[in-house]
Amino acid sequence: MRLDQRLAERWIKPNSRVLDLGCGDGELLAHMQQKLGITGYGVEIDPDKITAAIGRGLSIIQQDLNQGLGRFADQSFDFVVMAQALQAVEAPDQLLLDMLRVGREAIITFPNFAHWKTRSYLALRGMMPVSDALPYMWYDTPNIHLCTFRDFEALCHAHQIQIINRFAVNDDQQGSWLMKHMPNLFGEVAIYRVSRL
Amino acid sequence: MVNTNDALSDSVGLVVPRLERFDTPLLLDCGRTLHGFDLMIETYGTLNADGSNAILICHALSGHHHAAGYHRESDSKAGWWDSCIGPNKAIDTNLFFVVALNNLGGCHGSTGPTSINPDTGKIYGADFPLVTVRDWVRSQALLADRLGIMVWHAVVGGSLGGMQAQQWAVDYPARLRNCVVIASTPKLSAQNIAFNEVARQSILSDPDFHGGRYLEHDTYPRRGLILARMVGHLTYLTDEAMKQKFGRDLKSGKFMYGYDVEFQVESYLRYQGEQFSKNFDANTYLLMTKALDYFDPAREFDEDLVRALSGASCRFLVVSFTTDWRFAPSRSQEIVDALIANNKSVSYIDVDAPQGHDAFLFPIPRYVETLKAFLAAGLPTRATTATQGANHAA
Repeated sequence: MRLDQRLAERWIKPNSRVLDLGCGDGELLAHMQQKLGITGYGVEIDPDKITAAIGRGLSIIQQDLNQGLGRFADQSFDFVVMAQALQAVEAPDQLLLDMLRVGREAIITFPNFAHWKTRSYLALRGMMPVSDALPYMWYDTPNIHLCTFRDFEALCHAHQIQIINRFAVNDDQQGSWLMKHMPNLFGEVAIYRVSRL
Repeated sequence: MVNTNDALSDSVGLVVPRLERFDTPLLLDCGRTLHGFDLMIETYGTLNADGSNAILICHALSGHHHAAGYHRESDSKAGWWDSCIGPNKAIDTNLFFVVALNNLGGCHGSTGPTSINPDTGKIYGADFPLVTVRDWVRSQALLADRLGIMVWHAVVGGSLGGMQAQQWAVDYPARLRNCVVIASTPKLSAQNIAFNEVARQSILSDPDFHGGRYLEHDTYPRRGLILARMVGHLTYLTDEAMKQKFGRDLKSGKFMYGYDVEFQVESYLRYQGEQFSKNFDANTYLLMTKALDYFDPAREFDEDLVRALSGASCRFLVVSFTTDWRFAPSRSQEIVDALIANNKSVSYIDVDAPQGHDAFLFPIPRYVETLKAFLAAGLPTRATTATQGANHAA
């Protein structure tokens, strides 16, 4: 089973209200619906993925995350999930705050720019890092707000956001002793579960 | 001409309209009662044993019961929504029993202004009562009873048809599982009503209108209808689409310094208006525009659309088109947001299309595929946990 599905089963309570931002073809939402009986919506902007997700019987809203979550009411969800999209939006801080306005808890994943490979790529080659986790050139990358574990935690601290859980994994969604104890150096992907203090 | 090999492979083929007669009195919103009425309908596909696979198609301003297929082998044009209705199409007649009708007040066979008023023995004309979207939905519910359909698999409509679909979800929540609202709005804007008023004044001020009794004078307000259609048609198109299609092209290539048709766009608009005026009744046009103006389900709920939709229990698909300025995407989003505020099961797509309001009649792949996926996912035999789960939230 995929890591996001395992974590969802561990963290998300049955019959919760869930909002999945950047839900893609709805695989995770469909999984949570079948296993946990959750209800809620997926938000997506890619037309083909939306059609696929609607074909799964899911409720999908076409929307650009840069428009914010204004159409969702305060605290109308138990969980707001967003995988690998924080670094691609125009105002990640505002979106994070908006997620915790509409939801009790937020589960967020993003690529860690402070991974040792990224650091050494930049240090040794003097060029913007390109890797499996960040497969774009600097001029065509959708990742306009890359950050690190430490950056994200500083942002949470500044806004009185509580970190409930933190995971560091590699691109194959595997963790290790090193990643657990030195996430900012060895974690390729950051996974956070946060809430308002 | 129907090509019996290719065209029919994804066409419902030759279809025969039929008249359903109702003797039940129908009390209308305006306070008047129709003591009986006829609805002209067409059906495609087969109703299954438990009557659970029926889809109702609601038509827009100028639509009617002939939504798909052909009446004669020699027909050059198929029904008005043939792009979406047929074997393996978005509304798949291999799976679904599709019902299309001409609404009350129409001029294609259902009881309307050109029918005989049983009270007077004369043509109704202007005496035909103004009917509302809710009246139409009431009459459609009687039609559903007649056809043995207790619950529609879906009620589907574009534009004014999308208003009927919304009204179904409000008035008969237990009688539909899915509601598809395409290029529609929860109510007309002042600008929308203003365009309708220009159309109405075109007809009402035509000397041949005779207070709506033109048929008794053996004439009809041809010029008024042409003008009404010209202005209406403009609101279905976009500046960009007209630029692409006509630009500033001149029919004769040079200025004639007169008021005859010079620009291609003038020629097109006049042609559209003239064709329309030959096949459409002016009183029907007038009452259809009023039905549009009056539609406002939130009106009885302190203008609160959230409350108006609170009783709905079906899944919704709301579709808008990027260049539609008559009922812009923001109008569809009003419906979506009111459904979200109610925790209803709703999906929304905004389809990138250059055609403006007219886009809902075009076979735009993304739109057609999503409609097909939505209707199939809502089938009771599939994905029941998903849809029921979503509905529990309501």
